[in-house]
Amino acid sequence: MIWNEFNECMSREEMRNLQSERLCETVERVYHNVPFYRKKMQEIGLEPGDIRGIEDLNKLPFTTKKDLRDNYPFGLFAVPISEVMRVHASSGTTGKPTVVGYSRKDIATWSEVVARCLCAAGVKKKDIIQIAYGYGLFTGGLGLHYGSEKVGATVIPISGGNTKKQIQIMIDLKSTVLACTPSYALYLAEAIEEMGIDPKELSLRVGIFGAEPWTEEMRKEIERKLHLKAIDIFGLSEIIGPGVSCECEMQNGLHIHEDHFIPETIDPDSLNSVSEGETGELVFTTVTKEALPLIRYRTGDLTVLNHKTCQCGRTLTRMEKCKGRSDDMLIIRGVNIFPSQIESVLLNMGETKPHYLLIVDRINNLDTLEVWVEVDEIFFSDEIKRLESLSAKIKHQIESTLGISVKVKLVEPKTIERSEGKSKRVIDKRKL
Amino acid sequence: MLIKQLSVFLENKSGRLTEVTKTLGDLDINISALSIADTTEYGILRMILTDPDKGYKALKEKGFSVRLTDVLCIATPHTPGALAKALDILSKNGISVEYMYAFEVGQKALVVIKTADNQKTIDTIVAHKNEMELINADEICQI
Repeated sequence: MIWNEFNECMSREEMRNLQSERLCETVERVYHNVPFYRKKMQEIGLEPGDIRGIEDLNKLPFTTKKDLRDNYPFGLFAVPISEVMRVHASSGTTGKPTVVGYSRKDIATWSEVVARCLCAAGVKKKDIIQIAYGYGLFTGGLGLHYGSEKVGATVIPISGGNTKKQIQIMIDLKSTVLACTPSYALYLAEAIEEMGIDPKELSLRVGIFGAEPWTEEMRKEIERKLHLKAIDIFGLSEIIGPGVSCECEMQNGLHIHEDHFIPETIDPDSLNSVSEGETGELVFTTVTKEALPLIRYRTGDLTVLNHKTCQCGRTLTRMEKCKGRSDDMLIIRGVNIFPSQIESVLLNMGETKPHYLLIVDRINNLDTLEVWVEVDEIFFSDEIKRLESLSAKIKHQIESTLGISVKVKLVEPKTIERSEGKSKRVIDKRKL
Repeated sequence: MLIKQLSVFLENKSGRLTEVTKTLGDLDINISALSIADTTEYGILRMILTDPDKGYKALKEKGFSVRLTDVLCIATPHTPGALAKALDILSKNGISVEYMYAFEVGQKALVVIKTADNQKTIDTIVAHKNEMELINADEICQI
């Protein structure tokens, strides 16, 4: 079933016309309401009238996560705060989060796109959806919640964690849909197995999994272990949250809701568009958002776009599962982490040189982060208790900055490879 | 009175201890006493050397994290209860031991000891000549 056949199945030409119309209106609006955009456009001698349609999109300057940080918290908002109905936030790189805002209409748009995703995944009014994404500043929980309500499904707003309770509820309430991160789905699957429960006895039918990268191999494993169809949902809080794109039951690419978010793929170095079928950095321009419209926002995610009509009938451009990042951002247990955050913690402590290495792994389906820190002359003590208290201090500082638990390992000097150019700061063993 | 102890940070991986001892051996530096404090992931090697400064320089050049620390060496009679008596004196004078390692040499037992306050330890030992005596660096190396 298709939730909004008019918008999801319009011809390419109709879509381009709709995007053009909405883009011109958006550019006009941000130019007048957001000093940041006005200044950026004026710097390159661009006026709103110069943007006559989607063919002029590439004349506009890019926006990055740094711009959001520099204008923390509300600097890029295009409406007065009285019109902002809700804010969400994602973890930041310098301790401060990235704050995003929603007007009443934005919340409605968000509910609409998530409803489309759920519908594409095969979720219906009679379904019972267990939302095990975190509720709170993270967009996962509430994003899925509003979309599910719009579809009319029965919502179990259980939020993340508490695995035993999750399984109890799943059995007793006969949940048919599970929404969570793919790694948590696997974790749940193993817990179910350990409890001696046959997944066929569960009522699960569909899984809506996202917020972190996962592979086809993981999909097969989840589908086999939980006896459901695993659907990939994509989104980022800056653009709206989950629901920017989602797979349909064909499981062959994620349909982007491009009547709201215009996608482009660019070469992250030259910043030129890449041709269709080539891998590039995903860039979005939001064309209906009121509170926080973003112009050519660089997501850092690498993917391939496909404009062909899907077997399901949707004409919406599809993106492949993300292939990695154009920057060094890591997604660990759904939390965005930049190695530079750890570097600044070490530098601020002043007791150690910032020679570090991050080892990311997935053990028992949960992401782990190990931080190797070199013990240099200043740091080294002949007493174990001093070394232990220093490593405990590093652990505490990193954890309070990142918001996830880490393991700190002290290593000998020169253990971590030095190089002239980009030094290797991360070893990701997760095989994503 | 004070003795320079050379400490080395060692990760728990094979060959590290060999590397340290070989480096010292090649330079004709003798190890008079040695102890290792170990944790699950790393250890601290503590040594009394015939030439601590030379050893420090050589290991540093090899890329090890090294540190010279002032410690004391106490000699007690090598008889049952002698160490207990010595430690009791230190304890009653408010001196706490950070770490220590000991070995016997003929009629004497030698104890390398690190306390929070070296001067206070020296004063206490000197005041209790019957129970223990301080050994200086040259003496250890000659044994």
